[in-house]
Amino acid sequence: MSTIWPRIQFVVNGQPSAVEVPPMKRLLDVLREDLGLTGAKEGCGEGECGSCSVRMNGELVNSCLVPVLQASGASIETVEGLAIDAELHPLQKAFLECGGAQCGICTPGMLMAATHLLARNPHPSIVEIREGLAGNLCRCTGFIKIFESVIAAASMGGTNAR
Amino acid sequence: MLTPNPDSFSSPMTPNAPTRNATRIVGTPQIRKEGVEKVLGRAKYIDDLEREGMWYGATVRSTIPRGRIQSIHYGPGINWSEFVIVTAADVPGKNHIQMISADQPCLAAETVNHCDEPIILLAHPDKRRLPEAVAAVRIDYEILPAVLSIEESETQKQIIWGPNTADGNIFKQFHLEKGNVDEVWASAAHIVEDEYRTGAQEHLYIENNGVIAEYSEESGITVWGSLQCPYYVHKSLMAVFDLPAEKVRVIQTETGGAFGGKEDYPSVIASHAGLLARKAGRPIKMVYDRMEDLAATTKRHPSRTRHRTAVDKDGKLLAMEIDIATDGGAYATLSSTVLSRATLHSTGPYVCPNIRITSRAWATNTVPYGAFRGFGAPQSIFAIERHMEQIALEVGIDSAEIRRRNFLHEGDSTATEQIIREPLILDQLLDRVLKESDYIAKRAKFARNNPHSAIKHGMGLAAFYHGAGFTGSGERYLNSLAGIDVPPNGKVRVLVANTEFGQGTGTILSQVAAEALSIGYDDIEMAPCDTGIVPNSGPTVASRTSMVVGRLIERSAHQLIAMLQANAGLSEIYSRNEFFAACDRLRDQAGKVESLCRYEAPPNVYWDDQKYRGEAYPTFAWAVYVAEVAVDTTTYSAEVTNFYTVQEVGRVLNPTLAAGQIEGGVAQGIGYALYEKVLLKNGHMFNNQMTNYIMPTAADVPPIHVSFEEIPFAYGAFGAKGIGELPHDGPAPAILNAIQDATGENFVFIPLLPEDIFERANAHTTEPETVSV
Repeated sequence: MSTIWPRIQFVVNGQPSAVEVPPMKRLLDVLREDLGLTGAKEGCGEGECGSCSVRMNGELVNSCLVPVLQASGASIETVEGLAIDAELHPLQKAFLECGGAQCGICTPGMLMAATHLLARNPHPSIVEIREGLAGNLCRCTGFIKIFESVIAAASMGGTNAR
Repeated sequence: MLTPNPDSFSSPMTPNAPTRNATRIVGTPQIRKEGVEKVLGRAKYIDDLEREGMWYGATVRSTIPRGRIQSIHYGPGINWSEFVIVTAADVPGKNHIQMISADQPCLAAETVNHCDEPIILLAHPDKRRLPEAVAAVRIDYEILPAVLSIEESETQKQIIWGPNTADGNIFKQFHLEKGNVDEVWASAAHIVEDEYRTGAQEHLYIENNGVIAEYSEESGITVWGSLQCPYYVHKSLMAVFDLPAEKVRVIQTETGGAFGGKEDYPSVIASHAGLLARKAGRPIKMVYDRMEDLAATTKRHPSRTRHRTAVDKDGKLLAMEIDIATDGGAYATLSSTVLSRATLHSTGPYVCPNIRITSRAWATNTVPYGAFRGFGAPQSIFAIERHMEQIALEVGIDSAEIRRRNFLHEGDSTATEQIIREPLILDQLLDRVLKESDYIAKRAKFARNNPHSAIKHGMGLAAFYHGAGFTGSGERYLNSLAGIDVPPNGKVRVLVANTEFGQGTGTILSQVAAEALSIGYDDIEMAPCDTGIVPNSGPTVASRTSMVVGRLIERSAHQLIAMLQANAGLSEIYSRNEFFAACDRLRDQAGKVESLCRYEAPPNVYWDDQKYRGEAYPTFAWAVYVAEVAVDTTTYSAEVTNFYTVQEVGRVLNPTLAAGQIEGGVAQGIGYALYEKVLLKNGHMFNNQMTNYIMPTAADVPPIHVSFEEIPFAYGAFGAKGIGELPHDGPAPAILNAIQDATGENFVFIPLLPEDIFERANAHTTEPETVSV
């Protein structure tokens, strides 16, 4: 039994991509299963934890809540697109040095939320950082070192989001 | 002494603190070993992995808390021939999960003892087909009366576990006596009594439980998974599959948080995936979704603790009578050892000549409770530290002063008559946290301003210890083996079964190895955490890894240097290159370069398992915390606005990781106190979603201030003690003490939600809209 599914095209981390999958398949599953981009994680499947955060047309979305049909023609950014060649993104460098990643499972989503925050606001206050990351749960760090990481990245000029 | 050539090692970061005891790597903020893979999003967790020909597994669970299985119907609308189906009849070995007791079935056969108990396993190549198949299985039961609370279990009207005697329903009990409690009551200036309760708590690791299993007649079973204790799973699989040790292999994959929640449960899911793999003849992945993980896996034990305390007119403790009851759920799992730790932490860090402690873990028809960071200590520390606050009020002295007058000091003895033999600086910790939090001035200011404000501010204290390592003779029974080897690739490998799940095991043990070998941090790597490769260095629990396993690595390193000097011409002073050249020479002679060490107990340690007397722990970490809160009398919400921690955890091996442990533990403790409520119906958690089980977010956590005092412990790696669990112990009582300071209300239970504060406020007045809490 093989159903013919419509072809859905979009751009992922600057690369044109196309998939033929059920149009209601979650963007998260398409990224992970069809494109092999396993950076985005499923933590809750209902948009609460933010582990599946990616940017879509410059907006931060929970990819577990986005049917892939909705991503048709969109430009998607995932954690895999943050580092350019071997060079860590300033946020990645800051998370590494400040202890912003512990178990690491929330880290890809947290990095995308932080990228999104700095793209809009290159020098956020601590209150703005708290608000900007409030949709991403971390159970390890108590968030303090994540805040420090974002502040450090901002001071390194952490806004090279495309 | 070895004097390494400073040019012979590379250290990526310069220590920002003065170098203590001339260490180069220990005590510095080395970058997390696996950190680059994590920030790149390349680290592979179990759900990121696949095996050739892999199918997916799912579980059919009980929908009633207690009953007999009468029949199973595989409903219409499903092509069952496409599925592999496993029941208890398919278990080749023993149908139980091997923990402390062997009472928990791997799959329920005739009876069920809690909702969500696994009964049937299904596998299919398309994971999206599994939910409808699970829903199509109907099980008919003869329903039996269920026991759903500690109080119901205590009546022993229904015996659901153990013998039909006075011991029925009791997983474990302890009784401790010191001095003579009964002689004190009549003459005491004050007697203070109360009862304290704590709720269940979910670990809420962001990565759910999951494994992949493979099975073949020739090589036996292999399991990859998100887990804390590979050799616990190994032991359990040997029993379920009736296989010898060499035919069972357990490999830890990158693990997305654990906190105790992946200590015992992985033995269950690994057995299940293995049974499906054996019957299907292909690899099986089982990864729970959040709802299943929340409903079916372990949580922190709920507790009820009663205190009756005799105090003299100056606030000195004369006698403590403590009664602890925990809800263990339907099977024994780790309830006995959790109860032990609750018992041994129940007096707080205080001296008292007369103590009686009675504690029991009760069976109920709820999902079995298990390990969670703190392991019983947060429950009993909540009780004693709330109780100390009531004693201070009764006697009429300050919260800080009541504690200071009763603190343990070097030379004092604990409830188990363990003599404190090391410097103990609780007074110093208290002074420092009072100063750093500006406690006295802020409290005075709040007392002035609160009567005129709808938002009431308060400050609360908690003083506590956490016993590091296994309790009593536990470390001797574990008999851990760990070490290092040097394969020809020019790296030293650390050989341990201790797992990295965010807390920094790989980094800390690499730092210890690099320091002890006088080579660079980058010269060290962690061997894969695979029971086919690494020895059994014990479980990654009980705040034991840095102290106990770190020490084994330190000793193994010194042993290796001695071997190289005796047999391979390594000189007293050597460079990195000379070290590896000597390793090459030793490998040429001996075939391999390996150095392993087995646990040795510190000298003069005595423990009586029967009387529960002696050295309960090799050492303790100590802390005094201050919470600052704001209680809004319009919305009834309580918020932590600042949190101050001062602790003595022995030598701090990595300041960034250590502070991360404290901050993360405090945040979980805040959730335990104010947010996280497990709602049960018939013993089933029905708020089993992140939408309605609420943990603190980035917007909720206060600034968390972290300070360490360092007193190196002679038998821990480079002076380390345990650190991981300590920070979860103190926040809840500190926060509720602060709420009492702010509002005058004595709340004796957690979680404390806005509706609870509302209810209390309402009880004081008939006009709730005008109430001040």
